[in-house]
Amino acid sequence: MLATRNDDTLLRRVEAFIYREARLQDEHRYADWEALWTDDAIYWIPANGDDIDPENEMSIVYDNRSRIGLRVRQLLTGKRFTQEPKSSIRHFVTNVEIFGHDTDEVAAGCNVMVFESSLRGETLWAARTDYLLRADGDDLKMARKKVALVNNDKPLYTLSFLI
Amino acid sequence: MSRLSSDSGIGDRIRGEWVHGSLYSDADIFAEELEKIWYRTWVYVGHESEVPRADDFVMKSIGPQPVIMTRDREGRLHLLQNRCPHRGNQVCTQARGNARTFTCPFHKWTFANDGKLTAVAFADGYDGQDMSGLGLAPVPRIASYRGFVFGSFAVDGPPLAEHLGGAAETLDRLCLASPEGEIEVTAGFLQHRVKANWKFVLENETDGYHPAFVHASIFSVAESGIGGLYASKSAAVGRDYGNGHTEMDLRPEFRRLDQPMRWFGTTSDKLPDYLAKMQAAYGVERAREIMVDGTPHVMIFPNLFIAEIQMFVLQARAVDDTVQHVTALQFKGAPDLNRRMRQQTMGSVGPAGFLLADDSAMYERTQRGVQSRDPEWLFLGRGEKRERLDEDGYRIGHVTDEVPSRGIWQHYKALMEAV
Repeated sequence: MLATRNDDTLLRRVEAFIYREARLQDEHRYADWEALWTDDAIYWIPANGDDIDPENEMSIVYDNRSRIGLRVRQLLTGKRFTQEPKSSIRHFVTNVEIFGHDTDEVAAGCNVMVFESSLRGETLWAARTDYLLRADGDDLKMARKKVALVNNDKPLYTLSFLI
Repeated sequence: MSRLSSDSGIGDRIRGEWVHGSLYSDADIFAEELEKIWYRTWVYVGHESEVPRADDFVMKSIGPQPVIMTRDREGRLHLLQNRCPHRGNQVCTQARGNARTFTCPFHKWTFANDGKLTAVAFADGYDGQDMSGLGLAPVPRIASYRGFVFGSFAVDGPPLAEHLGGAAETLDRLCLASPEGEIEVTAGFLQHRVKANWKFVLENETDGYHPAFVHASIFSVAESGIGGLYASKSAAVGRDYGNGHTEMDLRPEFRRLDQPMRWFGTTSDKLPDYLAKMQAAYGVERAREIMVDGTPHVMIFPNLFIAEIQMFVLQARAVDDTVQHVTALQFKGAPDLNRRMRQQTMGSVGPAGFLLADDSAMYERTQRGVQSRDPEWLFLGRGEKRERLDEDGYRIGHVTDEVPSRGIWQHYKALMEAV
């Protein structure tokens, strides 16, 4: 249940969720990160703009729940060479806002910057991230996550860590 | 093999199955490649279906150079350089659109979409001067085959059909998988950048030796039949068509398995609409053959790679900066197949792809590794003692052999040694 008369409490809950998700990504805790998703989840990283139709146009990632699982299982093989050795990354999350909620779901967004150090070198990523979070007992889970990279219309280096 | 002196020519750097590492890392060599390959031979630019209507345009490239592909009011295609002939400003900054004219924002010169200059601001300042040659410069030659549009910066040279040679048949074969005999490029492109030389990418596209290892992670967790195609027991072959075009011909393996749509990792009963349309178009027997054989895996030199379900366009931007523009192939008249083509493509390629992200790690590791000193040579001799000629006279070998790489380097040497 998300019903609350105190918006501040809900914002704190959402922020805590987003920070925890970022930490799990930074620490490559793939299975723990996968557990944050609902069964009907969509994980979307569009290309060529933020408002394309992912059913008809190419996206960098457009995973349903099953494909999120496949992505995680591939990382867990230890032979996902683009992440062996793993990128060293840190997410920086700011501008967290809530845009609406009902008793079960909350729509929230934030700005994210990720600094990546890999065998290739250092890469800076920046994105607008929008979430649809759903109450699951006392926890929140991600039903939808959209990562709109600011440069998604340009050639991008490999993006194989979890963003 | 010995080390090279600094003034060694191309001929000294390609010795049979030995290739010198500097060919991937030397910026002077890259500059020479631009002149002798990218700005001379036929280079794939775009597909006719990307500009379906009159006045459509789409931004493309030939090597580092941007090129605008337009369709004029009469339906003719043009490849124009994105450079105002006045002071060199880029006239178009949109990725695609529909426009009869392009206006340079700097001094308001306006060009029709066939390149001709149609208006200048404050025209009285040019009174008495011949302005007729001051249009957007066209790429000197343009030609298309089965909807694939190629351009060449060389005014003279062999026609496109001669350049494609035997590889043209692979594009015919690709179009057969459409019940209407045409492919379409309508799903937009991912642009995947790698810090590696374009030839590592080029060679990898028809390297059948690496999938079992580089892609072991996804093969082990997905129910993928791809791994077996590139196993040492596979019946598939690598082929050198000459002119740098190479193929991994998987048909022998698919014919052995003899299951329609096996090439796509599915069965034809999952695609009833597609099956019915293919049977109506080609007859039951021929449709079955086409659906058993699948689509080609072919690398048209230097930059068009058809990988069964998707198309990659290689763009060399600098000695260690290459972009793969990739999209799902779409077969005209096959919406149920096309939806799955898009889904599979998004999963496997691009910056986060289950396959290509691992390939990119290899390109970039080889780019760094190849700059080590002594030994400076790469050995591309795999399968040299078992290569043979097929019934058409093209060199073939086992799918894991380096017949395609050797073919690419032989053609490369001929182009780079040409005056």
